[in-house]
Amino acid sequence: MNKAFEVIAAAALVLGSSLAIAGESSSWGQGADDAAFKAMLNSGFREKGIAKLTRLDQDPTQAFCSDPKFASSKEGAKIAAEIEAANMKTIKWPSDGVWLGSHAAGEAVAQSGRGLTSTDAADTPNGGNCYNCHQLSKTEISYGTIGPSLYNYGKIRGTNDEALRTAWGKIYNAKATNACSNMPRAGHMGIINEKQIKDLMALLFDPASPVNQ
Amino acid sequence: MKRWQGAGAGLGLVGLALVTGLARAEGDKSIESIEQYREALRDGNPAELFEAQGEELLKKKAGPKDASLERCDLGLGAGVVDGAYAQMPRYFADTDRVQDAESRLLTCMSSLQGKDTAKYIAAPFNTPEKDELNALVTYISGASKDVKVAVSLDHPKTRQMYELGKRMFYYQGGPHDFSCASCHGQEGARIRLQELPYLPSQKGAGAAWTSWPAYRVSAGQMWGMQWRLADCFRQQRFPDPIYASDVTIALSTYLAATATGATMDTPGIKR
Repeated sequence: MNKAFEVIAAAALVLGSSLAIAGESSSWGQGADDAAFKAMLNSGFREKGIAKLTRLDQDPTQAFCSDPKFASSKEGAKIAAEIEAANMKTIKWPSDGVWLGSHAAGEAVAQSGRGLTSTDAADTPNGGNCYNCHQLSKTEISYGTIGPSLYNYGKIRGTNDEALRTAWGKIYNAKATNACSNMPRAGHMGIINEKQIKDLMALLFDPASPVNQ
Repeated sequence: MKRWQGAGAGLGLVGLALVTGLARAEGDKSIESIEQYREALRDGNPAELFEAQGEELLKKKAGPKDASLERCDLGLGAGVVDGAYAQMPRYFADTDRVQDAESRLLTCMSSLQGKDTAKYIAAPFNTPEKDELNALVTYISGASKDVKVAVSLDHPKTRQMYELGKRMFYYQGGPHDFSCASCHGQEGARIRLQELPYLPSQKGAGAAWTSWPAYRVSAGQMWGMQWRLADCFRQQRFPDPIYASDVTIALSTYLAATATGATMDTPGIKR
């Protein structure tokens, strides 16, 4: 993972300097006045609880996606592919070859948006935040729409190996297939653990899951 | 403060009844019910009590200099409150800074009243220091009600803050890779049932900027924009933005300038 990210970091550097030249007409925008922006970041935040200042340090994926105008450009597309490849390498597949856990436990993970904020304790179990952005079961009407509806996810796709791999990969590291997806890299960033991913997989694929009713 | 809690609890019950009723409703219908709930809330917004408290605080002599804040220059001249909030953030020559209402109040508390503003900045929300600032900014924003937002980017320092704010809006970080744009970067999206304004648009920024400070019914608290931004960063899993820091002022400059032309409707009321 580190080597792949180093390549991208170098690419991001090149990108940064080319932006400074090709950048917007304004002299303050993205890539232009990095010193002022850095000074603002450094003076603007304080550590609180578990939310340390290091959270402001970006990895190459975050740096790339913080400039959506460039990321969606033609030159950006090439780097996006590299970013995706690097993220793909981070995915850890189920250690025991078992894809599905408990859909009931998965529903609880999908419901919870807790964890990792400055007011959460370090031992707060993290949720998956799923319902914040996705429809899942028909009975939960309080769902967000930033992501697509996942209702009937398994019923539509079946439980073949490819469907399972795609869903696992998406949950583990959504940036592996869409560099600047809005979806957090739940597994890669350690937001949820392998058991929680299996439980979410069951929520999506188990025929008895409320998602597939 | 006790006085307001009764009102908050009463409104909370209305909310609970509505939410329970909601469980059976579906999609659009639930949004409609929430709209009705918001409309019902507008009658007797407890924020008016904070406005009154803020006016009292502005006129009261306090601090080592035993002076009031009445001579505070909010951009339209010393002592002019009416319409000032609608043109903030703006550049102030005396501090050589772009300032929002909160940071300007801190300047005046220091220069006019001789107060140590460091403890006002350091104090968490929900402490007497922040209650004071929230009440003051509620009053000041209320004095711009029905006034059109007009934040000019003519001054190069305001232009710089706008650009820095825009860049901050898209800045991703933390374990979830979130930026402001993760939630507010697309049209017509929701988190759970909460509709999210698309802030890069005049309509979205206008709806957001003109409705804060607002009374949060669920929390029974009066929130200024500084508090609103701090809680966004909390949910983004970022560290804590320092009150009235340039990060917060830059974001407000980006928002307010984008909102220019919208009509101030403060103090607002939220679920």
